[in-house]
Amino acid sequence: MSDVRNVIIIGSGPAGYTAAIYAARAELAPLLFEGAVTAGGALMNTTEVENFPGFPDGIMGPALMENLRGQAERFGTEFVTDDIVSVDLTGPVKTVVDGEGRSYSAHAVILAMGSGYRELGVEGEKRLSGHGVSWCATCDGFFFRQQHIAVVGGGDSALEEATFLTRFAETVTLVHRRDALRGSKIMQERALSNDKIRFAWNSEVAEVKGGDKVETLLLRDTVTGENRELPVTGLFVAIGHDPRSALVQGQVSLDGEGYVLTDGRSSRTNLPGVFACGDLVDHTYRQAITAAGSGCQAALDAERFLASMEAVEATHDPAQALV
Amino acid sequence: MGAVKTVTDATFTDEVLLSAKPVLVDFWAEWCGPCKMISPVLEEIAASQDSLQIVKVNADENPSTAANERIMSLPTLNVYQGGQLVKQIVGAKPKAALLSDLAEFL
Repeated sequence: MSDVRNVIIIGSGPAGYTAAIYAARAELAPLLFEGAVTAGGALMNTTEVENFPGFPDGIMGPALMENLRGQAERFGTEFVTDDIVSVDLTGPVKTVVDGEGRSYSAHAVILAMGSGYRELGVEGEKRLSGHGVSWCATCDGFFFRQQHIAVVGGGDSALEEATFLTRFAETVTLVHRRDALRGSKIMQERALSNDKIRFAWNSEVAEVKGGDKVETLLLRDTVTGENRELPVTGLFVAIGHDPRSALVQGQVSLDGEGYVLTDGRSSRTNLPGVFACGDLVDHTYRQAITAAGSGCQAALDAERFLASMEAVEATHDPAQALV
Repeated sequence: MGAVKTVTDATFTDEVLLSAKPVLVDFWAEWCGPCKMISPVLEEIAASQDSLQIVKVNADENPSTAANERIMSLPTLNVYQGGQLVKQIVGAKPKAALLSDLAEFL
């Protein structure tokens, strides 16, 4: 247990990578667990990011993540492309264990696990997943050329997916529980003015039907309760995300929806030396830039915490400072 | 210990369906973010054992194989044994989860 690091960051994406940039520049030699297949986070599934400041012509989501990663690497971040499967965060020395069973210790841990897709939880959804039910428009849109498909959801991701999918599909029906969209004005206007996008207002998906692939959706009217069928070959689910907090449940305080609770405007959790940032804590904004900002806060909070406990000095023996 | 081999429409029957060993086919495409994340994991699995052959098919460049195999989502990992589809994994998963899904072939 002699190899106790200053700071471990769990999760990549804009929050984790930004925390790493700041922690690395503070010479804390952070160790960042990127996730075996989730490296880069939610933006790896997007196409163009038009609203990240500093990129006037937009930038592809995966390219933005590659840039952030490279910037973190330049200042000495060490990366492990694996998942953390268990943690013990309660004591002064925190321990995390990766998917291969290796364990790592640090005085401070920054949680940046982000969020995962929310499922509809209806009949047929799981069974037909990969057979017409999809969570990734950029991955799977190509298979629905000249077909009639549906997107469920009413926020920015649903609007972006619907708009993107019109490149391939003959029609895209946006299924939304309310009678008005929730997304940003610019995305709404794009979707509303797109000839290929139809709207099923006040509708929720009650069942996904089909033999070995999606054939129809059973839609329930949220006002009248009446059912009707919508024949489609594809269903893209974009009804939001849930925080990936299962890893720390029982140790770190969460709110009723599973978001990590932080102290006031800081990134401090209920456990000393444990900080949280990004989609894991954010009910409200959930943007690449807000995640990056909160990653910066978490790194600064961790740096102050370490300075206050003089952990930096204790672990700066030459044998391990540059591991 | 194997490397991940590229298979095309032209070679799919010979390399996959007629293979003596079970073959895992990774259907992927350039535009698919999760495919890029899973690719190094598959290379590691290929390098670490010899009982399961691992190959990849670019679904964009090999549309007839993708259509014949009814691929509608990327990445899709299909395992074929004796010319039959015996296992299908849809979407990217962590390495530990993949290894446990594939345990019977490793």
